[in-house]
Amino acid sequence: MTEKHETMLYLDGVSVSFDGFRALNNLSIIVHPNEMLAIIGPNGAGKTTMMDIITGKTRADDGEVYFNGTIDLSKRSEAEIANLGIGRKFQKPTVFESQSVRDNLVLALKTSRSIFSALFYTETDADGARIDDILRTVRLTGRAEALAADLSHGQKQWLEIGMLLAQDPKLLLVDEPVAGMTDSETAETATLLRDIAKTRSVVVVEHDMSFVRALNTRVVCLAEGTVLAEGSLDQVSANPIVIERYLGR
Amino acid sequence: MLTKVLLTGFDTKARWLIGLILLVALLVPALSLMVPQGNPLHLDAYVVTLFGKYLTYAILALALDLVWGYCGILSLGHAAFFALGGYGMGMYLMRQIGARGVYANPVLPDFMVFLNYKDLPWFWTGFDLWWVAVLAVLAVPGLVAFGFGWLAFRSRVTGVYLSIITQALTYALLLAFFRNDLGMGGNNGLTDFKDILGFNVQAPETRAALFAATALLLAGSIFVVSVIVNSKLGKVMIAVRDAESRTRFLGWRPENVKLFAFVVSALIAGLAGALYVPQVGIINPGEFDPGNSIEAVIWVAVGGRGTLLGPIVGALLVNLGKTVFTGALPDYWLFALGGLFVVVTLFMPKGIVGLWAQLRRRRAKTPAPTVDRAPSLEPAE
Repeated sequence: MTEKHETMLYLDGVSVSFDGFRALNNLSIIVHPNEMLAIIGPNGAGKTTMMDIITGKTRADDGEVYFNGTIDLSKRSEAEIANLGIGRKFQKPTVFESQSVRDNLVLALKTSRSIFSALFYTETDADGARIDDILRTVRLTGRAEALAADLSHGQKQWLEIGMLLAQDPKLLLVDEPVAGMTDSETAETATLLRDIAKTRSVVVVEHDMSFVRALNTRVVCLAEGTVLAEGSLDQVSANPIVIERYLGR
Repeated sequence: MLTKVLLTGFDTKARWLIGLILLVALLVPALSLMVPQGNPLHLDAYVVTLFGKYLTYAILALALDLVWGYCGILSLGHAAFFALGGYGMGMYLMRQIGARGVYANPVLPDFMVFLNYKDLPWFWTGFDLWWVAVLAVLAVPGLVAFGFGWLAFRSRVTGVYLSIITQALTYALLLAFFRNDLGMGGNNGLTDFKDILGFNVQAPETRAALFAATALLLAGSIFVVSVIVNSKLGKVMIAVRDAESRTRFLGWRPENVKLFAFVVSALIAGLAGALYVPQVGIINPGEFDPGNSIEAVIWVAVGGRGTLLGPIVGALLVNLGKTVFTGALPDYWLFALGGLFVVVTLFMPKGIVGLWAQLRRRRAKTPAPTVDRAPSLEPAE
């Protein structure tokens, strides 16, 4: 049994109901430092609700949610949790459409979040270099000055991943990162996430099995708000219950 | 560091706009005072005051644009801050009348004598002093905006619900200021002003000076708004406008961003109201009328929200139109105003200022469908 203080993310017995519907039912998940965890499962399994609980958007009715071993997330606001070092990429890419790609990264960049330091902020050379670096990583250098609205769907997904990196989080929650991407973009995204997971913890929710295979990491299958199976992708997809409830015959 | 922020904010567009306004601030008083009457270039004191009034509206529109155009808060009660600033100035001007009132009471304004007041209410204390009045003109709208915004934004009241409670705010103030026992002149408000800083408010020189002060305030407001919206905080404001909850997950606190914009906007609106009152010569509860706040929203929409120039152009053109229209066809002005709002909302979402970009974009897009249509010639599957 893993000790709580050694974990990056620790969910124990988390339950939440909406109008009598149990979205999460005694869910327990652990993510270690510098580990990537892939979460699969049918629609309505509670994947997005789990992310909402971790990021403070929804409150759990029951159970423990700890970050970095000791920090109780259950009573903190979205902004506090983000500043602790948890970044989230949404299922539907949500970028600031009326601003440039570069400005989107400036907004995400890890700097003081107080009103007056934002008012009097001037970009340091280090900040500028960091943004250029991220632009290269997500292959948007050539489109830095374009409006985020004018990006393709796949590029928006990448911009969001770039915004995650700019936040410099300890834990990344990535919801369906390759939806709407071409096969080659999907493969590149898998490589990128594997690189990121060398120095940070990453939780990826995804339906695309070839992508999950490319991530080559521990997999958890959720259904009806609880863990159905856990292990490598081969172990999980060979599990008879997973086949019956999710993968189908 | 600070100078760099100020320089980024003071970009070419803002520089041209401020330069133009400073030119007007010099030119209009000169044409009024130095060009002799009868010369076609002479500006009558009446015209100077009329345009001074328009400029205070332009400042109100700019203040509203900061919260609506840049931060996404559709305030339908912004004239309340304008009126509160106006009342602060009105109180100062009432105290300046002194013993020259109808009842010749050296301390109490006429309406208080008429209502059998024995002493000056406590909140009128010090309003014979200019600096107290200036402080009140800033502090009262600022504190009301702070209290209101603190409660509303923290409770995450947004969208149409927020708009409705801003209407309620200005309506509540309207009802409060109508009451005689509030000690603010009730229905008649504050009027019969004589002097401002020792100068006769009716004198052409004073009117020219008030016009110049208003133009300077407009220029200063453009500078402040420009610095804010061009800073990183301005980017956060636009982010809050476009995707509020997303900014939370980046660690920003939208409630604080909105509160800052709302309070700064209320301070600017209060100052505009303070310059409005000596020029029109009266402040009464009618200034809190919800319709006034809605008109201000129309100015911003017509001119173009989310720009510095738009609200100013909108306020000037709509009010000029109002002056001409109510003279020629007084019964139809409200229909014209309503129609204008509908037309602008439907066909010119970026207002007059955005019209050029809108047309250019449309022209650029026109050839596109012919290319898109080509594949549809193939039989459908």
